[in-house]
Amino acid sequence: MSRPRWFSVRQELTPKRSRFLGVLAFMLPLALWSLFSYIPWLWHPMVKVTAPGDVDWMRAGLLINRHDFDKEVATAQLAHTHAPVGFRANPIYFPAPHAVIRSLYTAFTTAPVLKGDLWLHQSLWMSIQTIFWGFTISSVVGIPLGILCGSFIAISRLTEPFVDFVRYMPAPAFGALMVAIFGIQLEPKIAIIVIGTFFQQVLVVANTVRKVDCALIEAAQTLGSKRRQLVLRVIVPASLPDLYNDTRILLGWAWTYLIVAEVVGVSSGISFFINQQAKYRNFDNVYAAIIIIGILGLTIDQILAFVGHRLFPWKNPRPSRIRAFLGKLFGLRPASAEKPVQLLPQ
Amino acid sequence: MSEPLPDYRDQSPAVAARFAKIKERPVVLEIDRLGRQFPGEHGPVVALHDISFKVHRREFVCVIGPSGCGKSTLIRIIAGLDEPTSGRMLVDGKETSGPCPERGMVFQGYTLFPWLTVKKNVMFGLKMQGMDGGQADREARQWIDLVGLTRFADTYPAQLSGGMKQRTAIARALAANPRVLLMDEPFGALDAQTRAQMQSHLLEIWRNVDVTILFITHDLDEAIFLADRILVLKAHPGEVQEVIEVPVPRPRNLSQLNSPEFLATRRRLEELIHPRVDAHAHEHLPIIRLTQVGDDVE
Repeated sequence: MSRPRWFSVRQELTPKRSRFLGVLAFMLPLALWSLFSYIPWLWHPMVKVTAPGDVDWMRAGLLINRHDFDKEVATAQLAHTHAPVGFRANPIYFPAPHAVIRSLYTAFTTAPVLKGDLWLHQSLWMSIQTIFWGFTISSVVGIPLGILCGSFIAISRLTEPFVDFVRYMPAPAFGALMVAIFGIQLEPKIAIIVIGTFFQQVLVVANTVRKVDCALIEAAQTLGSKRRQLVLRVIVPASLPDLYNDTRILLGWAWTYLIVAEVVGVSSGISFFINQQAKYRNFDNVYAAIIIIGILGLTIDQILAFVGHRLFPWKNPRPSRIRAFLGKLFGLRPASAEKPVQLLPQ
Repeated sequence: MSEPLPDYRDQSPAVAARFAKIKERPVVLEIDRLGRQFPGEHGPVVALHDISFKVHRREFVCVIGPSGCGKSTLIRIIAGLDEPTSGRMLVDGKETSGPCPERGMVFQGYTLFPWLTVKKNVMFGLKMQGMDGGQADREARQWIDLVGLTRFADTYPAQLSGGMKQRTAIARALAANPRVLLMDEPFGALDAQTRAQMQSHLLEIWRNVDVTILFITHDLDEAIFLADRILVLKAHPGEVQEVIEVPVPRPRNLSQLNSPEFLATRRRLEELIHPRVDAHAHEHLPIIRLTQVGDDVE
């Protein structure tokens, strides 16, 4: 048999190749980043001055435009004075990978500059609280309402036009209003997340619920299910795995709203930390904080996927990478490779 | 030259006695001048017109007809999933409408609840009727044993083959203790071999359970093999064309497929369902010859 091709339309890859590509997905951007950080003749539009020479306005450690630096060197050579010395560098907003990796640790140990500012772990905790309450409040109301909209056309007609209308209002636009109502602490931020999530959630949930196969509902009716039982015993369990996946996706959206929510009222949380660090030009800390958000989001998503797998044994939602990883680590069988039960000869 | 086929109306004494016995039993399902119209672009389209028939207790009736004759509409109306525009329906002499477990249904597309195991699927109807868990569990096990899925009681439907799914669906419908079991082309999606096994299996179940079956199919052999009587519908509008009492004796087995009574019935059904093939001669496809002269396959 010929070797399988890397690129064939809709054909499964071998597990080895698929793992390789998964690693490559992270390695490729990292490699690109490293190239531009460590190879001095790639980009590096700035010069870091090591010795100012006779140029009186320069200091050692100064980061200036390469063009300006070259002009000073040329002037110095013409005037036969000491030319400044320096090496090519990248702008401060483009730290090298090692600096960012180091600051993944040091960001937690950097003491707040101003009194009243928070440490990174405190900021993170605040953000997580905001997200948690915002998303919980939205889900507690939004998911049941969405299920009702998807089940009863009358409720859908009554609710969805208005929900659709509010959905188009950007959540941050409610910022000032929320501060007026809820004060300046966490409450208005939670409210912004609720506004940003809730209206989408109702529509997404209603759409998912509508996808429940009508034949299942009819089958349940012929078995004697009444209205209430149809919703609770058929529609809800039938759409539960998809609802769970919707919730995972919506949680990602809630993280996006977090950033705008946190500048409302008294700025706080992770986005405030990012802004402060950017102000002090600690860009490696900025990157570290952004990467930490990414890691946090991915971890929560993967935990939810792992739990989802256990919750719905009859249906595999999006496969969890953590589960696959743990499975490999401990020699467990990956769930996707589980053999179907031997079928009875007819 | 084989001997000519008997008339499909000729019944052996045993078969005639059996039909006489069936007619003495009480009528379970009565359909009385049932009609169904759908709104169409050029006025209402009549899907079913003036359908009347009676089904006796423990009778096996097949409904057959060309595509578009409204077989599925008819069974959906009887199941209560669609409303008739005229006429009425009686179960045990009482007029009824709307879905109800007394008229159980087995669908072509299985429609098992994928989040429930085989046993829980079978228990569904019992739970809906308010039976407590323990008793529902015991009853469900009986039905699962009856359809031969004992080993698969705790399996999810996704792991079952088509035939096993349909057996689960039959057990689920029977567990709710229906007066009439409605089956809408239940074996249509199965391969020929599984289908034949399911037909024998269904007859076996029917013989052992107090249930009346109304079975829709477009397969002539299936209808003759299973039915006591065959209700032949015609299309545009959907009307009862003829009711045939199948002269093939019971118990049925596959070797009867070539018996004279079977072939006679089959020929009659073909006449009714595919009338005068030459009438459609003008429908021949305008095929252009794309092969070389002399390169013929026939």
